[in-house]
Amino acid sequence: MTVRVQTADFDLSTEVANLRKNNTAIGAIVSFVGVVRDLNDGQNVSAMELEHYPVMTEKALDDIVAQANARWALLDTLVIHRVGALMPADQIVLVVTASKHRGEAFAACEFIMDYLKTQAPFWKKEQAPEGARWVDAREADDQALNKWGISANNAATDSASPDGASA
Amino acid sequence: MKIQLRFFASVREKLGLSEETVTLPDEVTTVGGVRAYLQSRGGLWADVLADDRALRMAFAHVMCDAETPISEGGEVAFFPPVTGG
Repeated sequence: MTVRVQTADFDLSTEVANLRKNNTAIGAIVSFVGVVRDLNDGQNVSAMELEHYPVMTEKALDDIVAQANARWALLDTLVIHRVGALMPADQIVLVVTASKHRGEAFAACEFIMDYLKTQAPFWKKEQAPEGARWVDAREADDQALNKWGISANNAATDSASPDGASA
Repeated sequence: MKIQLRFFASVREKLGLSEETVTLPDEVTTVGGVRAYLQSRGGLWADVLADDRALRMAFAHVMCDAETPISEGGEVAFFPPVTGG
């Protein structure tokens, strides 16, 4: 189980090869790569800055991975999230899950991403023609976590009680 | 009680401050109490931390609600909804 927050890019093949090394019990590996788009909410995005809350970020990601392990029989997981300056087409996030059979790995990978979107303390600031702007949280991301039976209210417009992290 | 305050993203920008060590009056015992105490400074503080703002809070690096108790030397953070991934 590995969690990394870094400014540097990552290489999917290298990361998967490292994760597989010496673990011949693995029968299925699922990976998700999140990428910076050049268009968001109808505006051209020329650059992005990703801020995070050191210490809490690692703690939140560790907790997310622990929740996935409590739900599925996973043999290994890897989460890499980049911070700092990013450009369109840059990779932002990598989630890799490994299990004996595909079902667990597929489900856990989606779960970890859904959880991360509303629970991990990262904030995106986009550079657009109209100037820089902080990206708004999306209700669709809360709904994505709801489907796992965890109620999220990250996108609520008031000071909602904390999300499902403790549920 | 002395605690560490942390501010992130748009909250940090609007306040023009990323962290501060603050000594609280005895009656402030919860994260919500810290927020109210900071609002009472008035001006920017009252605006940026206003009750109707979409503000998220953490104590000791865990997301929490207003009722969460604080303790000496702890870290209280205020930030907007998260947008990673």
